Order: sequence, then structure tokens, then C-alpha cells
Amino acid sequence: MPEQVIFGMEVFLNGLMAGVLYALVALGFVLIYKASGIFNYAQGVMALFAALTLVGIMEGQVPFSHLINAALGTDLHHFGWHVPAFLAILLTMVVMVALSWVVNTIIFRHLVNQDAIILFMATIGLAYFLEGFGDIMWGSEIKKLDVGLPQGINGLIDETTFKIFDYGFFIDNLDIVATIVAALLVGALVAFAQYSKQGRAMRAVADDHQAALSVGISLNFIWVMVWSLAGFVALVAGIMWGTKSGVQFSLSLIALKALPVLMLGGFTSIPGAIVGGLIIGVGEKLFEFIMSSQAIAGELFGFTLSATENWFAYVLALIFLVFRPQGLFGEKIIERV
Amino acid sequence: MMLDASEGYTTDDGRKIGGVVMEMKNITLRFGGVVAIKDISFDIRQGEIRAIIGPNGAGKSSMLNVISGFYNPQDGEVWYQGAKRPPMKPFQVAQQGIARTFQNIALFEGMTVLDNVMTGRIRQMNAGLLSQALWKGKAENEEIKNREVVEKVIDFLEIQAIRKTPVGRLPYGLKKRVELARALAAEPSILLLDEPMAGMNVEEKEDMSRFILDVNDEFGTTIALIEHDMGVVMDLSDRVVVMDYGKKIGDGTPDEVRNNQAVIDAYLGVAHD
Amino acid sequence: MFYREAGDFKTSYSEDNQTFPIKFDRWRYYFVLVVAFAVVPFLINDYWVNAVFLPFLIYSIAAIGLNILVGYCGQVSLGTGGFMAVGAYACYKLMTSFPDVNIFFHVLVSGGITALVCVAFGLPSLRIKGFYLAVATLAAQFFLVWLFNKVAWFYNYSASGQINAPERTVFGVPVTGAQTEPWAAYMFCLVFLVISAVIARNLTRGMQGRKWMAIRDMDIAAEIIGVNPLKAKLSAFAVSGFFVGISGALFFAVYLGAVEVGEVFGISKSFIVLFMVIIGGLGSIFGSFAGAAFLVLLPVLLKNVLVGTLGWPTDIAAHLEFMVIGALIVTFLIAEPHGLAQLWRVAKEKLRLWPFPH
Repeated sequence: MPEQVIFGMEVFLNGLMAGVLYALVALGFVLIYKASGIFNYAQGVMALFAALTLVGIMEGQVPFSHLINAALGTDLHHFGWHVPAFLAILLTMVVMVALSWVVNTIIFRHLVNQDAIILFMATIGLAYFLEGFGDIMWGSEIKKLDVGLPQGINGLIDETTFKIFDYGFFIDNLDIVATIVAALLVGALVAFAQYSKQGRAMRAVADDHQAALSVGISLNFIWVMVWSLAGFVALVAGIMWGTKSGVQFSLSLIALKALPVLMLGGFTSIPGAIVGGLIIGVGEKLFEFIMSSQAIAGELFGFTLSATENWFAYVLALIFLVFRPQGLFGEKIIERV
Repeated sequence: MMLDASEGYTTDDGRKIGGVVMEMKNITLRFGGVVAIKDISFDIRQGEIRAIIGPNGAGKSSMLNVISGFYNPQDGEVWYQGAKRPPMKPFQVAQQGIARTFQNIALFEGMTVLDNVMTGRIRQMNAGLLSQALWKGKAENEEIKNREVVEKVIDFLEIQAIRKTPVGRLPYGLKKRVELARALAAEPSILLLDEPMAGMNVEEKEDMSRFILDVNDEFGTTIALIEHDMGVVMDLSDRVVVMDYGKKIGDGTPDEVRNNQAVIDAYLGVAHD
Repeated sequence: MFYREAGDFKTSYSEDNQTFPIKFDRWRYYFVLVVAFAVVPFLINDYWVNAVFLPFLIYSIAAIGLNILVGYCGQVSLGTGGFMAVGAYACYKLMTSFPDVNIFFHVLVSGGITALVCVAFGLPSLRIKGFYLAVATLAAQFFLVWLFNKVAWFYNYSASGQINAPERTVFGVPVTGAQTEPWAAYMFCLVFLVISAVIARNLTRGMQGRKWMAIRDMDIAAEIIGVNPLKAKLSAFAVSGFFVGISGALFFAVYLGAVEVGEVFGISKSFIVLFMVIIGGLGSIFGSFAGAAFLVLLPVLLKNVLVGTLGWPTDIAAHLEFMVIGALIVTFLIAEPHGLAQLWRVAKEKLRLWPFPH
């Protein structure tokens, strides 16, 4: 087998695993969108905020220490204790639920029945606010996050592939864990939305607010629940990404990765988010591999390109949308007067 | 029955009705498996008030949407001013001089009444972007000339006082009137009214009926309208098409239609005794 | 008392159509113009020009451009940063390729080029709407920044990957490069702003503006009454791109002088200009000015108070700025979706009746 094909297979596998993570983040969007019609741009910043909070709690940081120090001239940093990872995750989840409640009460309850695009812009505002808030609360330096997930090259895959192809695939253990967790979470969320009582109520709200209200479903409860779920998804994504490349601003950009996934899959479709995530994960890694390789693109086109991951997903989604405006699995748009 | 385009007739109140302006020939419209309109033919003549009536879901609104180009029928032909109309986009139909109002008011809520009515003049205003950017030459002249026409319509419909009010602030009845003003400003050759009296009280209905008759009388505008209120329809219109379940079950003067057995059955149900 | 339209009768439709139908407004407008052209240039120094005036003038042009697209035509774009970059790089290429042509024309042509690029990325708007479109415009943002970063031709193969504005003059006075006097840079941008504002106002009060607003308010109805959606949307993209391109060219050539595309024209630029439009007021030319002024002054103010007076570290001030801007956006969307311009209108309406409100 030519070595380019073997490299390509490795890239494909890595792309698939990245795709599962994209799907996970995209799922956070779909949940909120389905239940409330809000397209939540702040999802990525929520992941950053969750990761920052998790690190802060584990390390026993004093919240707002920089601000307090600046205002009062004190010198606070840490409480001096360390919280075990599991407990810290639970506490972070409590914070995320509280955040969901606050966001709902202060912002989105006042924007009921507004245009979707107004809601979207409000979430951009929320993203800005949360970004500043997270930094002020926990400090903006890059932090290491370690909740005990395995990291490093997976020896088994390396050895097996070496035996078959004479070339060991580099697959990170963390990616494997992330893929498994994300796959489980995706499955759990789908099951929740389809079969649980709350899930059914959630879908009812998505279909028709008024009708849901009239059969006794509490809109507020559903919205807070959905935002909390999205917060939970954000936390998981934050842990995975934070462990991989440190907790820093760039973490919030995973939202930007999830957007084209949604365009591809349709904003209202859970399977769409999964398939879209996989297509984009694999597509952008393979495209980058092909275009940056002297042996392939250099031979074929006479030039190479690098860093195409920055735009590939968007351009793909854009081209796709022109031909199918509702996305892969989106509901067909019927216009009436 | 083939109609001769030159042939006309005179109404009871002595108005002279001209030749055929628009003719629908064997129109069939389907949405997936649902047949909304099935093989319907009728014509609209110069200067008449033509009504389309029928119970809910009969396909009246779909018919109007076919006329205004919003839906393209799968089968059948639309003849307009003596020529077969190819499939068109709605804005092209509007450019040909067919204006309409909507069942659920479709005004531009963020604009003033004046601007809304001015949008009716799109067909007559075509200054280039550059001229408009500089507000000189053709653009400026057009604005003033067309404003004069619009002001006449505004006078006619008695909405002078709300000229500069944003449409979003107006009550329902006035909005209906502004919408009529916008359609009239286009100086259309056919005016389509989609339930112009829906949701109005008796007084407002009388006002609207008067406006419709006046429009027809003063400008000689051909009007096709859909309406639920049978009393209104019978009083207003010269000829009536009756639809039921996508099919045409009657066509003629109000009196003819009133005595048509199929129409009576559709509206009152068949007697079981 | 003074602010009245009573007694200010119109005898022709052209008088009724003018930009400032009320006499008092008209006089105030002339007064502002005189101050801006004849008084400010003599008073300003380097700090004021660079911290306040230049960013205000240039962002105002960008905000006017985006407002035409978002506020008037209802097509949300998150690609403003990328389109400003097109203006900047077009201007750079023109300046270095045709050094003999006056920079005034370079800036204008840059606007034209940006308009074309903007139309190309606006084509999908015919098929996709709302936030699908908003997200789609991100494709422009990422692709364009990547393009200017990776294709060396755009930065004339310079080693640093940056572009630097060479010195160019207007009537013998340098307006770009290191020798530029503050007042000259200010005047150059001011001229472009005034032209932009007048054109934008003319377009939006006439038929073109009505078509845009019709598409914004109800696109299906607009099409049925005769608006060609293709033409209306693409013309909005073109006009918007023209202004945004001019602002990008000025931002690079006059304000910064040297640009690294990822830093200067990143996605945060897109958001800032969008925020100016929201805070200032969607669908208002005056609002574009107000929003730009607000978001230019806010960081200056925060920095002066927190860092200058209280002595806090700059990063805390920066984070607080994020929080304040975010909170303001949400507040405006909830309380006053039409922004500062609406507050101004309400104030004027009150003033008209004052002191006898009934």
C-alpha cells in the first residue's frame, strides 16, 4: 500500500475522533435551539467558563481575587486546599445550573417572542460578558487541567498498525477517551430527548410554546433544564479540550467549529449534528492533509496550502447550503403568505 | 366554453364590462400528494368585480396565489392580456401590473405609512443606484412625481393623518386600509384582494365595501376578491366563482350562484330527510 | 420651546423629503459640519486624533456600511472584519502598484473592489436566511483572513507578512506614512465620512431604501409587490461592501499604517462593528455615528478611570470592558432594540411638545 494512503488512514481516524467532539459541541446548540429557538453563540464561551471554573475549584483559587486585590490592595490568591476532581466536577455543574437559571431569568425571559436573529445577537452579547466575567473571576493566564484522564500515544494501536502497515498510527489516548465519552453522551442525550418525560416536554415546547403551556408544562423549567444540559455538554467539552491544550481563550473557539457542523446537519436535528460533526471532522483533516502534502497537492496542482482548517468547514457548509438550505436533516422550509 | 375576448356585458347598475383580461385554463395545483386546485378554468374581465368564494380549505387562497405568481401550477395555463404567461417569479408578475393585498396583513412594519404606500410605486420608479445616491436628476424627479400619485391615493382612502406614522403602531382596520392603499398606488390592471374584510366589524366592513366600490367606479380597476361574508360578496361582485374541495362548482352572477343546487349543498350541506 | 415644527410649513414634496425637515435640526447639522471642518482641526493633537477621532471617523464609515446591510436590508453579516481586510489589502496593492495616482482614488477603488467581493459572498443570501446566513458570512471572515495571511502576493512578499503604508499626499500634504500631521489624517477621513453619510442617507430615504426595508420587514410580501429580491439583497451587499472597504482602507493606510491581518481584521472586528450598529440603532444613519462614538469612547473612558485614576492593572480593565460591552448589548436588545438613535428620537419627540406635553 502506498504510504500516502496509510498516512491518510491515520488522518481519517483522527478526523473521525475530532468529529465526535464537534458533534458533542454541536449537540449543545441543537438542544437549546430545539427547545427555545435560541441559537446560542455563547456555547463555546460556556465551555471555557466551565473549564475555568473547574480548574479554579480544583486548585482552590479565590474567585475575583485579581479584582479584590486591585480594589482593596489585598493579596489573595488561593484558599490553600485542593478539591478532588470528581467533587470539583459536581460543584462546577452546580455553578453551570446556577448560570443557566440566571441567564434565563435575566436575559431570555425578556426576549420571548423576539426574532431569532435578535436572540442570536443577544447570545453574542452574553458570550462577550461571560468571557470577561470568566477572566475576572479566575484570571486569564493559561491553566493546566488534569482530572486524571489518560494521555499520550496509545501503544496497542501503535503496535497493531505497525504489524499490519509497517507504520504505527499515532492516536492519542485522550482522543480515544473523548470519543467514547462523547459517543456515550450523545447516546444518552438522544435517549433523554426521545424517551424521558422531561425530554418529551422539551420537544413539546420546541413545537409550540402556547400549546405546551396549556397542557401544564412549565416553560421556565424546561428552558433552565435545557440550558443546564447545554452547560453540562459545555463542561464535558471543556474538560476534553482543556486537558488537551490547556484552559485558555482559544477554547471558546470550539463554538466556531460547531457552527458549520450545524449548518450542515440542520439546526433542529440531533442525528444531523452527529453526522455533520463526523463529515466536518474527517473532511477538514483530510483536506488539510491533502492540500499541505507536497507529495499529493504538490504533484497534482503544483502548489500546497496550509492552515486550511481555519475555513474549510465554513466554505464546505456554505457550498452545501446553497444547494440544500435546510441542511442534511433539517425540516423542509415551506413558505406561505 | 371559449370566451371571445372582445365580447363584453353590461351590469344591472349600468356599468360596461369589457373583454377578458385574465383567463385561467384548466389550472391544477398540487402540494406533494394534496391537490389544492383541480382543473379549474375561469376568466376575469376588464372593469368587473370578480369574487371567488367557497368554504374553508376550498383552495381560494391558493387560486389567488397562482394568479399573483407565488405558486406555479403543475398543469394549466394562465393567459394575461391576450398572451400566455410563462412561469414567473412573483416580482415579475407584480411588474406586469397585478397588485394584491393579503389575508394576514403583510405591511412593512418598520416603515411609515407613506413609505409603505410608496413601495407600491416600484413598477413606475427605476432610477439608477448612482442617481439615487446623489439624490439628483431622475431619482429626485421620480420621488416627487410619484409622491403626488401616492398622495392622491392617501386622500382617496382618507389616511392623511397617519402619513408619517410607523405602520407597526396602527390598529388592525387602518392597517387593512394602508395595505389597500399600497396596492392601489401601483395603479394595477388587476387588483387582488385576499379577504379584505376578515376580522372587521360591521361598520368597518361597510367602509371597506365602499372603498372597493369606489376604486372600481373611479379608476375602473378590475378587482378579483376572496371573501367569506356571503352578504358582502353578493352585494359587491358582478360575477362569482364558487369553489369546493379544489373544484369549481359554480360560476355566474350572484343570483345564478345563489340558486345553484351544488352551491347550496356545499354551503348548507345536503338535506337528509 | 425652540424645537418646533409648527410654523415650519412645507409647500413642496421636495421640501418634505429633505434629510432634516425641521429647521432647528438643519441648523444644528450645518453647525456640526462647520465645527468638524473648521474648528476641530485647529484644536486637536496626536493623542486625541489617534485615541478618539480617527477610530471614530473610520468606525462610523464601517458602521454605516454594516447598518445598510443589517439595519436596512435585514441581512446579518459577521464578515465585516474580512471585508475591511479586503479594503485594506486592495488599497495597499493599489498604493504600491500605482504610486502616481492620488490616494483618494485608491481608497475609492478599494471600496469598489470590496463591494464586488461582498456581492460574491452575498450570493448565498438568496437561498439562506437569518442566522444561517449570519453563520455563512463567517466563511468570508475566515477565508479572507486566511487568504491575506497565506498568499504572499497580497503583502508583496514582505518578510514579516505585514503590509506597511507608504507615504502618500493629497494637495502636497502627506496623509499616510510617518510624516502625517494629525489634522491632515483627520481631515482626510472626515471627507470620506461625510461623503459616505450623505450617500447612505440619500439611498435610504429613496426607493432603494424602501426596497431594502421591504425585504427586511417581510421578504415574501416584498417580492409579491414587485421587489426583485436578488437585486435588492445584492445591492445592499454591494453598497455595504463599498463603505466597509473604504473604512478598511482608511483603517490600514491612515490610522494604523501597518497591518497584520489576523490581529487587526479578525472576527472580533466583525463583532465590534456589529455591536456599534446594535447599540447605535439598527436602521439609522445617525445611530451608526452614535454607536461608533460610544464604543470608541467606552474603552478610553474605562482605561482612564480604572487604570489612570484607580491604578488597576490593564488586564482587569480589558476584562471589565468585555463585560460592560456584553451587558450593554443584551440590555439594548431587551430594553431598546432600536438603540441610541431611538432614545434620541424619543427625546426629540418630548422636546417638541415641551413645555406643554398635552
